[in-house]
Amino acid sequence: MDLSAINPALLLASLLVAATPILLAGIGELVVERAGVLNLGVEGMMITGAICGFMATIVTGTPLLGFIFAALGGAGLAFLFALLTQYTLANQVASGLALTLFGLGLSSLLGQDYVGLKPPSTPQLDIPVLSDLPFLGTVLFSHDLMVYFGIGLVAAVWAVLKYTRAGLVLRAVGENHEAAHALGYKVVRIRVLAILFGGACAGLGGAYISLVRVPQWTEGMTAGAGWIALALVVFASWKPWRVLLGAWLFGGVTVLQLNFQAAGVAIPVEYLSMSPYIITIVVLVIMSADKSRAPASLGRIFHASS
Amino acid sequence: MFKLEKRPQPSQAFAYLTPILAIVATMIAGGLLFMMLGKNPFESIRTIFWDPLFGEFAFYYRPQLLVKGGPLILIAIGLSLGFRAGIWNIGAEGQYIVGAICGAGVGLAFYPLEAWFIFPLMIIAGAFGGWVWAMIPALLKVRFQTNEILVSLMLVYVAEQLLASMSLGLLKNPDGHGFPGSRNLKDYPSAFNDEVITGSGMHWGVVAAFIAVIFAYILLNRHMLGFSIRLTGEAPRAARFASVNPTRLILFCLGMSGALAGLAGLFEVAGPAGQISIDFNTGYGFTAIIVAFLGRLHPVGILFAGLLMALTYIGGEIAQANLGLPAAAIQLFQGMLLFFLLAVDLLTNYRIKRISKEAV
Amino acid sequence: MKFTKLLATAAVALGVATSAFADDKTKVGFVYVGPVGDGGWTYEHNKGRLAVEAEFGDKVETVYVENVPEGADAERVMTQMALQGADLIFTTSFGYMDPTINVAKKFPNVKFEHATGYKTAENVSVYSARFYEGRAIQGHIAGNMTESNIIGYIGSFPIPEVIRGINSAFIHARKVNPDVQFKIVWAYTWFDPAKEADAAKVLIEQGADVILQHTDSTAPLAAAAAAGNVIGFGQASDMAEFKDGPRVSSIIDDWAPYYIARTKAVMDGTWATKSTWDGIGAGMVGIGDITDKVPASVKAEALALKDALASGEYHAFTGPINKQDGSPWLAEGETADDGTLAGMNFYVEGLEGDIPQ
Repeated sequence: MDLSAINPALLLASLLVAATPILLAGIGELVVERAGVLNLGVEGMMITGAICGFMATIVTGTPLLGFIFAALGGAGLAFLFALLTQYTLANQVASGLALTLFGLGLSSLLGQDYVGLKPPSTPQLDIPVLSDLPFLGTVLFSHDLMVYFGIGLVAAVWAVLKYTRAGLVLRAVGENHEAAHALGYKVVRIRVLAILFGGACAGLGGAYISLVRVPQWTEGMTAGAGWIALALVVFASWKPWRVLLGAWLFGGVTVLQLNFQAAGVAIPVEYLSMSPYIITIVVLVIMSADKSRAPASLGRIFHASS
Repeated sequence: MFKLEKRPQPSQAFAYLTPILAIVATMIAGGLLFMMLGKNPFESIRTIFWDPLFGEFAFYYRPQLLVKGGPLILIAIGLSLGFRAGIWNIGAEGQYIVGAICGAGVGLAFYPLEAWFIFPLMIIAGAFGGWVWAMIPALLKVRFQTNEILVSLMLVYVAEQLLASMSLGLLKNPDGHGFPGSRNLKDYPSAFNDEVITGSGMHWGVVAAFIAVIFAYILLNRHMLGFSIRLTGEAPRAARFASVNPTRLILFCLGMSGALAGLAGLFEVAGPAGQISIDFNTGYGFTAIIVAFLGRLHPVGILFAGLLMALTYIGGEIAQANLGLPAAAIQLFQGMLLFFLLAVDLLTNYRIKRISKEAV
Repeated sequence: MKFTKLLATAAVALGVATSAFADDKTKVGFVYVGPVGDGGWTYEHNKGRLAVEAEFGDKVETVYVENVPEGADAERVMTQMALQGADLIFTTSFGYMDPTINVAKKFPNVKFEHATGYKTAENVSVYSARFYEGRAIQGHIAGNMTESNIIGYIGSFPIPEVIRGINSAFIHARKVNPDVQFKIVWAYTWFDPAKEADAAKVLIEQGADVILQHTDSTAPLAAAAAAGNVIGFGQASDMAEFKDGPRVSSIIDDWAPYYIARTKAVMDGTWATKSTWDGIGAGMVGIGDITDKVPASVKAEALALKDALASGEYHAFTGPINKQDGSPWLAEGETADDGTLAGMNFYVEGLEGDIPQ
């Protein structure tokens, strides 16, 4: 065992990277759920974003365009979910699961000709002085732009939900759609927009995996990240900054267990591999002291004439 | 302009008609998809829906429908009880794995003893394993109000690691030359979940699934507990006035769904799968959630939904082998089928009315 | 009804190309555990299938089903292929072993070939590749090129196949560099590119400057590329797209020669049960182009080692080798027997840590 081999600066830096895909998808899902909609199809939207982004990047050679297409792809799939749940009033849990199935199939079909290609690399942030700082430079200022975008997005969502009228309306729709409807808000329209936003975020998260973290295209490559993102939202009790915290925690435990293994810590590997999930449960129990609860209308079907 | 109007009562006629409508819609959309992939749509659809039931080799596929559908139905029945009461067990996959590990573990502990009591003990152990795994989210929910969706889902990943560890360690076949995976229970008659009637596909798990359907039907329609479940789901406030005990309900629903999922795992590992291996679980626990909803949380509906799902899997495999359709196209097709089934449900509960612009 | 009409029209438009199988065609089935687009294990098997088609043209018909779970589903898919008239069926995952045996019993006239298993029957052969020979070459290059003397190894699950690879690479790295250390991380998954990337990053952060992998995605190579002065090897496929970066060589699974030979044997009626465990010599294990990053002398040694392994003049496990606890395994000049190798579940002397059990 040699714990000195673990470099804390590098550990923190890779934690930020490992957290980014679930952070992006999680913050999107948070907005969806705050609007009172439960979309369990995050995995499907992520993998669709992953392939759309990958294809666009290969074709255009520009990662930025890739990310834009990833967001569009994710939102496109989310639109199907919106059609089902908002217009044909289908059950959200089942629709979400069907969306995952659909997304996995669609992405494999689209990606058939993209296996084994290598995308152009996404630009790193490199600020002359800051990036060279001894500890902070490595931890904070040496990442690709999407890492910062993710954190910025959390801040933006937080600010919008808390301080703007749009955020107020969104929350009102999520808490009590009948009352919101009575006040003249377009419940369905607001929810559709929230769902599209959630899809776009999930798409970005997926593209981060296929364009930066891995980077390559293989079928089923999101390997369950979408489910983790869903877990994050509940974990965060629907509060934006806690999504960030949760993503870091989850990413941190994942990276840390690999670090422990490499350093030869004598804990059986299977227990180390379980640890991110068990720790999530434990933290969840600890946080249950906090009585903030889910949006009251979450998962309930809204129909104006009823 | 069209307007939706809620029916005072769900339409009986549409409840039967909509699934057919959905399947027809899927055939059209799926046919277009297969045509785009350069396959003959007519032949593709026939291969998926017709061949397993009435094709040349239907004698083989029909029993396979039961083998594939059995676990789906068994798990979905358990889940549907909770779903009706608004208790969301998403982690049936984990309960399925733990049930299989416990059941197979008990069986392997007796190896090579041959005795009549081994298989019944395994069944108890399987149900118990699933029940314990489901009790974790149940107790946490009762005690700490933690969210059962999240906890049960996290426990799926924990169970997968446990499965890997068991296949590589404790339950590894001592005669397996160091390869992972347990002994094959098919070679151990006392522990083998054999077909009840040879060639019928009816192993004990399928029998259990049918019993579960009947049991759930009686419970929901004839029993006070079933009434409590329905009331809690449909009118939570009324349930509180009717002094339904939510704690008892949570423990019952999660425990029941866990036990049934565990049973499904045991029957699978002792029968069709045969052994504990790293990749033993194949997503039945998640697919069952879809099956539960397709069956509209109704026991008989779930029975048909489970068989329909099994049909698309088996038909899909035939289409892959015979027509060269990629697995992804089949997945997409299944997704479509679900979308349409969910979407047409609208017609059961609502009617579409034509209204003139001025009336808006 | 409109819909039947639509379908009928479409059918006519496409021409109902129903199957008029000529009887003289040999039908070969492939059962895959992953998607053909996984870029690794299944991808290479599918390349083997395409090679069979290219070789025999009209004389064969190949069919495949991908993403087949092990257990009951695998049995059904194999049965279905046999019912549909397959003459030869390749089942390409270890977990298909018992299903293959079961189905083979029911179809005595159909030949089965199971990859990486050990159970044979009248109509079941097994085949596998001696990837550890490739690992020996990797170890040789890695031991020569590491400057930090730390080599990172990403394993999937602790099974004999993977442990054999670790031992082989380690023995040959130590031979050229007695100070070399292996850091081993078990990913506990066959397939999770993101986790593989994390594992590679962690190893690099802990000082490894060579990454060996027994997982199939290019994620570790990409992590090595991002880190700079780190080298790695392609796994399962050549991964040539990383040639100008960290990839200095690769182990390639090449199933094509075997698949072609076995199909030919079925056509000629000469097929017989056998256990095949081929390595570099038979072409089942390919060594990808060694790049110029490797010093010319090391490259020459590596190629010489490859030739020696190929000709059988040198065995990758040649004594003296001790087990991890110091107890002797192979005496001077003794080579390992296939039985021990096939079920290898111990580390050799010098490796640190325990194999997870």
